[in-house]
Amino acid sequence: MTGNVVLILVSGALIAAGVYLLLERSLTRVLLGLIIMGNGANLLFLVAGGRAGGAPIVGVTDADKMSDPLPQAMALTAIVITLGMSAFLLAMAHRSWQLHGHDEVQDDFEDRRIVLRAERDLASEAYQDLGGEPDDAAEYHDDYADDGKGDR
Amino acid sequence: MSAASYLVPLPVIVPLLGAGITLAFSHHPRVQRLATIITLSFVLGVAAVLLVLADRDGPQVVHVGGWPAPLGITLVADRLSTLMLCVSIAVTLCVLLFSLGQGLADQDAQTPVSIYHPTYLVLSAGVSNAFLSGDLFNLYVGFEILLAASYVLLTLGGTSARVRAGTTYVVVSLLSSLLFLIALAMIYAATGTMTMADLAIKLPALPSGVRVTLEAMLLLAFGIKAAVFPLSAWLPDSYPTAPAPVTAVFAGLLTKVGVYAIMRTETLLFPGGRLADVLMWAALFTMLVGILGAVAQSDIKRLLSFTLVSHMGYMVFGIALGSQAGLAGAIFYVAHHIIIQTTLFLVTGLIERRGGSTNVGDLGGLATVAPGLAILFFIPAMNLAGIPPFSGFLGKVGLLQAGVDDGGVVAWVLVAGGTLTSLLTLWAVSKIWTKAFWQAPTPSVLARGGGGRSRKGGTAMLESGGRSNREPALSAAMVAPTAALVAMGVALTIFAGPLFGLSSRAAADLRDRTPYINAVMGATT
Repeated sequence: MTGNVVLILVSGALIAAGVYLLLERSLTRVLLGLIIMGNGANLLFLVAGGRAGGAPIVGVTDADKMSDPLPQAMALTAIVITLGMSAFLLAMAHRSWQLHGHDEVQDDFEDRRIVLRAERDLASEAYQDLGGEPDDAAEYHDDYADDGKGDR
Repeated sequence: MSAASYLVPLPVIVPLLGAGITLAFSHHPRVQRLATIITLSFVLGVAAVLLVLADRDGPQVVHVGGWPAPLGITLVADRLSTLMLCVSIAVTLCVLLFSLGQGLADQDAQTPVSIYHPTYLVLSAGVSNAFLSGDLFNLYVGFEILLAASYVLLTLGGTSARVRAGTTYVVVSLLSSLLFLIALAMIYAATGTMTMADLAIKLPALPSGVRVTLEAMLLLAFGIKAAVFPLSAWLPDSYPTAPAPVTAVFAGLLTKVGVYAIMRTETLLFPGGRLADVLMWAALFTMLVGILGAVAQSDIKRLLSFTLVSHMGYMVFGIALGSQAGLAGAIFYVAHHIIIQTTLFLVTGLIERRGGSTNVGDLGGLATVAPGLAILFFIPAMNLAGIPPFSGFLGKVGLLQAGVDDGGVVAWVLVAGGTLTSLLTLWAVSKIWTKAFWQAPTPSVLARGGGGRSRKGGTAMLESGGRSNREPALSAAMVAPTAALVAMGVALTIFAGPLFGLSSRAAADLRDRTPYINAVMGATT
C-alpha cells in the first residue's frame, strides 16, 4: 500500500506534542495532550486506509476507485469515545479545582509518606511492626497525621 | 448460524438494556435493585449455557448485523471466553449483592445509588464484550466501555481522595487506550483487517520486524491494563480508595480482561512470538516487585492491591511458556484468582466495617471478637498463598510443573521466583492475620463491636461511639454474598479436576487455532 507522508508527519507531530503535554502536572494540560494524541492516532487510521478515493457507495463510485470505509468508521468511533473521555476528564479537573483550588495531579499519600520517612532515615512501618524503633516512629506517625489533616 | 449462536450477543446486550432501564428508574431504588439482580442472574444463566455449548459443540460465532467475517464485527464464544464470562458474571453478581447489603446497612446515605446500578451494568457489558469479541477493534470498544464505567465507579461521590486516585487511574488508562488505538491503526495498515481469525491467517505473511512491532504495541497496551511490571505502578495507587465493592470487582475483573487479551494475542495472533522471553522476565519482576511491595504495606487494601499485581505474574508466566500445560495452568489460575482476589477485598470491606479501619496497626483481636469474619478471611487468604489443598496451590503447582517441563534456564528462574512469591504471599497474609485477628482487641474494635457476639447489631452500637451514622456491626446481607464467594473458592478446590480438564481443553484450542479460525472464517464461505 502507499502511505501519505504528510499525514504521517502531522500525526507524528501531534503525538509528540501530546506526549509533551501529558507530562505536565496540570490536569487540563494532560487533557489537552490526550486530545491531541487522540487526533494523531485518528490520522493514522486515515493513513491505514490507503489511497484516497471516491465515496464508497455502490453506484456512485467504481469499485476500484472507492476509498476504504472501514478505517473511517473506526476513526469515527474513536473520535466519539475520545469526546466522552474528554468530557469526563474535564469534569474531574473541575471537581479537583472545586476541592483544592487547582487541578494539579497530586502525589500518592502513601508514596509521599515513604519518601518522607526515608528522608528522616526512619524504619519502615513494616519493620516497626516487627518490633524496631517504636518510639521514634510513633511520634513521627502522629506528626504526620496532623500534616495529613492540614492538607485536606 | 445455529439457534445457539443467538445466545452469544446476549451477555453484552442484556446488561446494556438493564443499564437503560435502571437509569430510567433512577428515583426508584427498589426497581433498580430488582432490575440489576434479574439482569445479572439472566446473563449468568446464558453464560453457563454458552459454556456448555462451547465445550460440547466448539466455538459459537455470531456475525453482528449479518456482515460476513472479515468485514463486520464477530462475536466468538469459545471455551476460554465462555469460562471467563461465567466466572466474571458470577463474581459480578456476588459483589452486586454485597453492595446492595452495604447500601441497605447504610440507609443509602453514602452512596449515590441512582448512577451506581446503570454504571455497574455497563461495566459488566464491557467486560462481556471484551471476552466475546472476535474483532480487535470491537475489543477496543469493549475496553472503552468497561473503562468508562470504571472511571465513574472509582470516583463515585467525588471526594478528595477519590479524585486524586481517579486522576492517576484515568490518565494511565486513557494512555493505554491510545497505545491500543495506534496499534490498531498499524495493524490495519499492515493487513487490512481487524478480525482476529483473519489476522491469524494474514499475519504470518508479514516481515518479522513488522510482526514484532505490532506484537510489542499490543502487549504494551494490554500490559498496562493487566498491571504487568513495569507498567503496574498505577494499580496500588488507585484501587484502595474506592468503595469496597468497587475495589473488589475491579481487582477481580479489570486486570483479568488485560490478561485475557494478552492470552489471545500471544496464542491466536502471534503464536511462538519472539517476545515470549520478554514476557517471562516481565512475569518474574511482576511477581517479585509486587509481593515485596505487599510485604512492606500496613494497610490491608494496599497490601492486597500489591498481591494482586504480584499474582498477575503467574498468569503471564503461563502465557509466556506457551505450552499446553502452561496455558492450561494460566487459564485455571485466572479463574481461581478472579474469585479469590474479589473475596479478599470484600472481606476487607467487612473488616473495615467491623474494626473501623483497614490499617493493621489499628486492628487486633478480631478472631475472638468476630470469629465468623476470621473464618471468611482465613480460607481465601490461605487459598491466595497457595496452601494445599486449596485451588491456589493446585494452580501454582500446575504452572510450576509447566515451567519444569519447559526446562529452559529462564523457566527454572521463574519456577524459583514463583515459589518465593508464594512464600512471601503467605508472609504478607499471615501478617494481616497475626496483627488484625490475633493479639488483644484494640479500643476501636471493641468500641464498634459493643462486646460483639451478636452480628445483627442494633442501636446500642451507635451509642457506644461508632463513627457518624454508620452501623458498625455486620449485616447478614453483606456477609451472605461474601460467604457465597468463599464457598465458590472452596468449590474450585473440590471441582478442580473438571475445571482443570476444561482449562486443558481450552488451552488445546488456543494452541490448535484451527477450530477458532474455521468457526469464524468458515461460516462465511
